Amino acid sequence: MPEENKDTTAKEAPAAPASGRKPLFSASPHITSDETVPKIMWTVAAACAPALFVGVYFFGPAAALVTGVCVASALATEWAATRFFLGRKETTITDGSAAVTGILLAFCLPSSVPLWQAAVGAAIAVFIGKTVFGGLGCNIFNPALIGRAVMLAAWPAAVSGAAFLEKTASGALSLPSAVARVPNFVDAMTQATPLAAIKEGKFDASACPSWHDLNNLFIGRCGGCLGETSALAILVGGIWLLFRKIITWHIPVVYIGTVFVLTLAAKAPDAFKQQSMEPVLYMLQWSLFHVLAGGLFLGAFFMATDMVTSPMTGAGKIVFAAGAGALVVLIRFLGGYPEGVCYSILMMNMVVPLIDRFIKPRKFGTAGGPK
Amino acid sequence: MSFFGFKGGVHPPELKAAAGKAIETVPPPQTAVIPLAQSLGKPAKAAVAKKDAVLRGQLIGEAQGMVSANVHSSISGTVKDVGPARGPLGTFVECVFIESDGKDQAAEFKGADLNALSPQEVIDRIKAAGLVGMGGATFPTHVKLAPPPGKKIDTLIINGCECEPCLTADHRLMVEKADDVMAGAAIFRKALGVARAIVGVEDNKPDAAEALSKSASRHGVEVAVLHVKYPQGAEKQLIKALLNREVPSGGLPMDVGAVVQNVATAKAARDAVVEGRPLYERVLTLGGGAAQGNRNFLVRIGTPFSEVVKFAGGTKGDAMKIVSGGPMMGLAQATLDLPVTKGTSGILLLTERETGPQRMFPCLRCGKCYDACPMGLRPALISRCVEKRRFDELEGLDVLDCIECGCCAYECPANRRIVQNVKRGKAEIAKIRRKRKEKEDKAKAEAAKPKA
Repeated sequence: MPEENKDTTAKEAPAAPASGRKPLFSASPHITSDETVPKIMWTVAAACAPALFVGVYFFGPAAALVTGVCVASALATEWAATRFFLGRKETTITDGSAAVTGILLAFCLPSSVPLWQAAVGAAIAVFIGKTVFGGLGCNIFNPALIGRAVMLAAWPAAVSGAAFLEKTASGALSLPSAVARVPNFVDAMTQATPLAAIKEGKFDASACPSWHDLNNLFIGRCGGCLGETSALAILVGGIWLLFRKIITWHIPVVYIGTVFVLTLAAKAPDAFKQQSMEPVLYMLQWSLFHVLAGGLFLGAFFMATDMVTSPMTGAGKIVFAAGAGALVVLIRFLGGYPEGVCYSILMMNMVVPLIDRFIKPRKFGTAGGPK
Repeated sequence: MSFFGFKGGVHPPELKAAAGKAIETVPPPQTAVIPLAQSLGKPAKAAVAKKDAVLRGQLIGEAQGMVSANVHSSISGTVKDVGPARGPLGTFVECVFIESDGKDQAAEFKGADLNALSPQEVIDRIKAAGLVGMGGATFPTHVKLAPPPGKKIDTLIINGCECEPCLTADHRLMVEKADDVMAGAAIFRKALGVARAIVGVEDNKPDAAEALSKSASRHGVEVAVLHVKYPQGAEKQLIKALLNREVPSGGLPMDVGAVVQNVATAKAARDAVVEGRPLYERVLTLGGGAAQGNRNFLVRIGTPFSEVVKFAGGTKGDAMKIVSGGPMMGLAQATLDLPVTKGTSGILLLTERETGPQRMFPCLRCGKCYDACPMGLRPALISRCVEKRRFDELEGLDVLDCIECGCCAYECPANRRIVQNVKRGKAEIAKIRRKRKEKEDKAKAEAAKPKA
């Protein structure tokens, strides 16, 4: 008998903790990494900060205002849509995905956009771009780009026109003047972006952006949407995301690389026809121009890398990014729009399921490996 | 020596707080509850009846069939009962309850000289001692040592990776009993008749590698130091890392000429062959933030978890999870009221902080699970198919290749229960195959009828 008593006390002592809570009983693994969905989303949002600062610096407080309106509208739509459309009790606005959509939509709008249009755009981005598919993780298109595409169709003038820094001098634009306007922080004007200036045929074949122009583009001292102009600021945020392993190198490197290489090829005929400079330099400077101008950096680091709408495997990401890069060049050189980043990503989003179907990881123990 | 590495894997926090703690002996329990099913395959059949007197090391369960292992008493005393009790899987299994007589009297163990034994005699001794894979898989050791005639084995690998976080039992064994481990390796080598034996140790255990290296030349066993990565201790990954050979899908290590044995099993083999002592005790790690001190213990099989915890000083705050085994692949337990078995490499009392965030979010398709999977599978897709109950698609997703290492679920930022879904998926595939076979058999039977 005494042994039995001993036995039961031994059993009970540690098995019944003070609070009486039962231990969690679930499948392995019993530890998880600290990474969570909200952490990822809010980190992406934070990585947008440098680009937003530069936007506010060059385009004035309006840039912050547009961003604020977009985020507020996106969050409100997320709350209402998950609650009333999806019928979920738990709110999903804290997971940060709607905030990211709002910020990224604002980044591809000019700071001169009417605020109500920005708000409607953000609502469409969240509702049509995401909720109707079933919410986070289910959408096939990048929500922010859906918002931008809809706005481009609805209010082309307000959206495609870039916020500009200075009143334009009358007369023909030359490329350097289109790129290198010194900010004076007066009211933002609607004006052509460098890419639009090219599309409008303002330059002859011999014109070539100078290193000075490229430097301005890199820093973001040019017309454009409020968060896309500064490659530098986007690079800072993007490198942080790479470092945090939220994005991988595949998409940014291949996307930008493809645009660079294809522009080199596309400019080759002109390069050898014109007489004013070294053909190689001419090609190089044009390639850098197309890499830095417009929304390519924003697209490459923040839009195309959206986890939900990009392929799962590294090889798949490379195919996806190469396709998007080729589409950008096609649209810019042959298409009707001055800028092709938005549509290139949306089009490649469509084929992601196809890419994931055909590009799979190599299963361990199948072929290849040396015996 | 150089090594080749393997694809995928993760780097969880090591949490090896007990790495520097010498192995302590837990006194034999008052009542030992010894499950008869302590290996993969068939459970052993009870060789004792109620009221029988038994000695420590006496056979109490006889192996049944090909894949099965003997079970021995871990204490001396009287058989109180043979009946069901909660076993290592959390389910009720047939156990032998032995009441201690307090004397801890050992049965007579017959030692032997390895040089005088033939390979078959070595295997017989290992079989008699009831050895199983002590890394946690509990596959009967003698079966692994006797590959079918067609299979040519050229390398023996001793697994000293202990890649699971928290666990340090193998580590301490390698440090303190390095020579026994190496002797065990030599025994396996003799049983298999191979020339080459390698011990694989991860580079987070330099003291173990050093200790092993000291007796390496004496036993003619190589020591390979590998860069830390989970799951390096998984058989297939270890073979790939050491020999650059991939075990084919659905195959076994012997298909690429390798046999893998755990270091603890090697030590047990040395005890069995040299001393004639069967497997009735093992080293395990008590770990986790809710345990009063993380230490390594030599514990008799059949000792309740609760007594090990009590011996170590009890709990500290609430345990969010009780785990037998390691945090990546161990089994969650609802209670401490279950016995230590041959496969219990650790008892973990994990705190809420250690278990990490639990809230589930929708899958973001981030692809982290694809990158983490050491088997090159598509965990997110498998998980989704199970969640959506699209079981018929599972076979095409190679669910059966999954080793359930947990890398995918560890990395998942959305906390999807991927491993749980895989386990479910495997069960569903078995169901589908069973049904298919029944249908085929029926069709065959019907086709045969009119002829006859």
